[in-house]
Amino acid sequence: MTQLILEQALNGLQFGLMLFLLAAGLTLVFGIMDMINLAHGSLYMVGAYLAAAAVAASGSFVVGVLLAVAGTAVLGALLEMTVLRRLYTRDHLSQVLATFALILIANEAVRMVWGDQPALLNPPDALSGPVELGGFSYPAFRLLIIAVGTVVALLLYWVVACTRVGMWVRAGASNREMTEALGINVKRLFTLVFAAGAGLCALAGAMLGPLLAVQVGMGESILILAFVVIVIGGIGSIRGALVGSLLVGVVDTLGRALLPWLLRSFLPGEVAANLGPALAAILIYLLMAAVLFWRPAGLFPARG
Amino acid sequence: MGGALYRQSAQRRWAALALLAGLTVLPLLLQAVGHEFYVSFVSRLLIFALAATSLNFVVGFGGMIAFGHAAFFGAGAYTVAILMENGISSALVAWPLAIAVAALLALGIGLVSLRTRGVYFIMITLAFAQMIYYLFISLKAWGGDDGLSLASRSTLGSLPLSNDAVFYWVVLACLAATLLLLDRITHARFGRVLQAIRENESRMEALGYPVHSYKLLCFVIGGALAGLAGALIANHGQLASPSLLQWTQSGTLLVMVIVGGVGALYGGVVGAATLLLLEEVLSHFTHHWHAALGLALLFVVFRAPHGIAPWFHRRFSRSKKNEAPRE
Repeated sequence: MTQLILEQALNGLQFGLMLFLLAAGLTLVFGIMDMINLAHGSLYMVGAYLAAAAVAASGSFVVGVLLAVAGTAVLGALLEMTVLRRLYTRDHLSQVLATFALILIANEAVRMVWGDQPALLNPPDALSGPVELGGFSYPAFRLLIIAVGTVVALLLYWVVACTRVGMWVRAGASNREMTEALGINVKRLFTLVFAAGAGLCALAGAMLGPLLAVQVGMGESILILAFVVIVIGGIGSIRGALVGSLLVGVVDTLGRALLPWLLRSFLPGEVAANLGPALAAILIYLLMAAVLFWRPAGLFPARG
Repeated sequence: MGGALYRQSAQRRWAALALLAGLTVLPLLLQAVGHEFYVSFVSRLLIFALAATSLNFVVGFGGMIAFGHAAFFGAGAYTVAILMENGISSALVAWPLAIAVAALLALGIGLVSLRTRGVYFIMITLAFAQMIYYLFISLKAWGGDDGLSLASRSTLGSLPLSNDAVFYWVVLACLAATLLLLDRITHARFGRVLQAIRENESRMEALGYPVHSYKLLCFVIGGALAGLAGALIANHGQLASPSLLQWTQSGTLLVMVIVGGVGALYGGVVGAATLLLLEEVLSHFTHHWHAALGLALLFVVFRAPHGIAPWFHRRFSRSKKNEAPRE
């Protein structure tokens, strides 16, 4: 039993760290520009497809992933400069409409280039097996995801919390006009943030690609989770995004594994079999509703 | 000025009546030219028009950007399907119950959600809709992923609803009644207060209006009407599918409202018609019609920012003389 819990906790950590890569970009976009970007999930999808193509072409997982991250970052910067930049001053409804349109276009573009079939993205051969981990075996590739996720999360945290660029970003998130008045080029800063966010999306897409399927529509399902994360954490806060991601990742994964089993211990079998998965699936939304109910601005509000 | 306004509203009433008359004879016309199968398509269009109109009441008149309207739409559909499964097929029982269930759901969700505002309101309504969605796909007793199919359409007195044309007229009657109701509401005291709250909430609060109750009632009315649309869509395809509850459905309805015109009485109708007709036409021309639809939506965002209905309206009024300038 403890083994199962430990394994599921590791899975939750791994999923949470990947969610953080997605949520980090989204929360900054949201926080600095007050912009709802539904198309964030499309960048994740495009990143995964680019990774699949680049890995197949180069034969190396590492090279493929790096190429995909760079390619998606460039794409993100282009997207920001051509379309999204014109939406910052518009209301939320226009932003929802425009980025919804971008999702449709991105999905169709991927279909045109790569077809309807899911793309194949395999983990590197060296990491395809399990490793012994003090009594139980755990897939090596998942460990790699945890390692990469931790390193990137720490790096990002360091950049945002300890460097000058990070200071500008935080300043932009808490008060954009004041930051501009102090002579920071928020416009250029934002293109940079957006490109970085797109790159992180691609990294998450490439790392999760071998576990989940690389297919059209993969962005939409995870986008909602990323939104849940940033709302729980507080929009615009990197620390909130990190805490929110880990919370959502662990609660979701552990809930799915343990809840049906827990219910079975005090409910009749049939009811538990029905209720367990249902309750597990809505657990994170309950969490979000509860957070919003008691702390309507999230756990770590960025704007004070 | 007052005369012009009166003339305009009289004109609009005539236009609406003419449109209603045209839509009433449409099935006969389609039958005459041998294109009956379009009757079913137009029924679907009208049902979505009803759903979008109900959302537009919440978004456009109540000023609440709700991103979970699919929950009420789907709840209406599932209520009809579940009742049918248990042997209750009368529309006179099932449809009002669908409306009631959706209204109750909206009351519960609204009570919690209205504590938040702005982006957080968008997100919490989305969260609740997702809960409902996952609840339904994991309940195997109610069809799970496959949805719940209806053995037949509801029975409504001696009306043969299984006939597509008859069903179409019932749908049209529901939509017309809803539009009439909303037109009355928005011109009544309640509607005026609601729109004032949308414009300046704190001022209305300072004037002593129970702002929260007004918004909640608006949210519930919107939910209830979406429940009616859900009851109709379940009858239309004889299926209550979980895809009705999905967040993309909420997104589509919201897109219809924005495209049609937020806060315009006919915004939902125009938006639903535009979107579904575009879909139908584009899919004839190209396999990749989603991309074309996306480009069309981008056009709306950048060229007709207030939606198509006001855009037409402006075009229409600009050509007339002696019109007070609009902003």
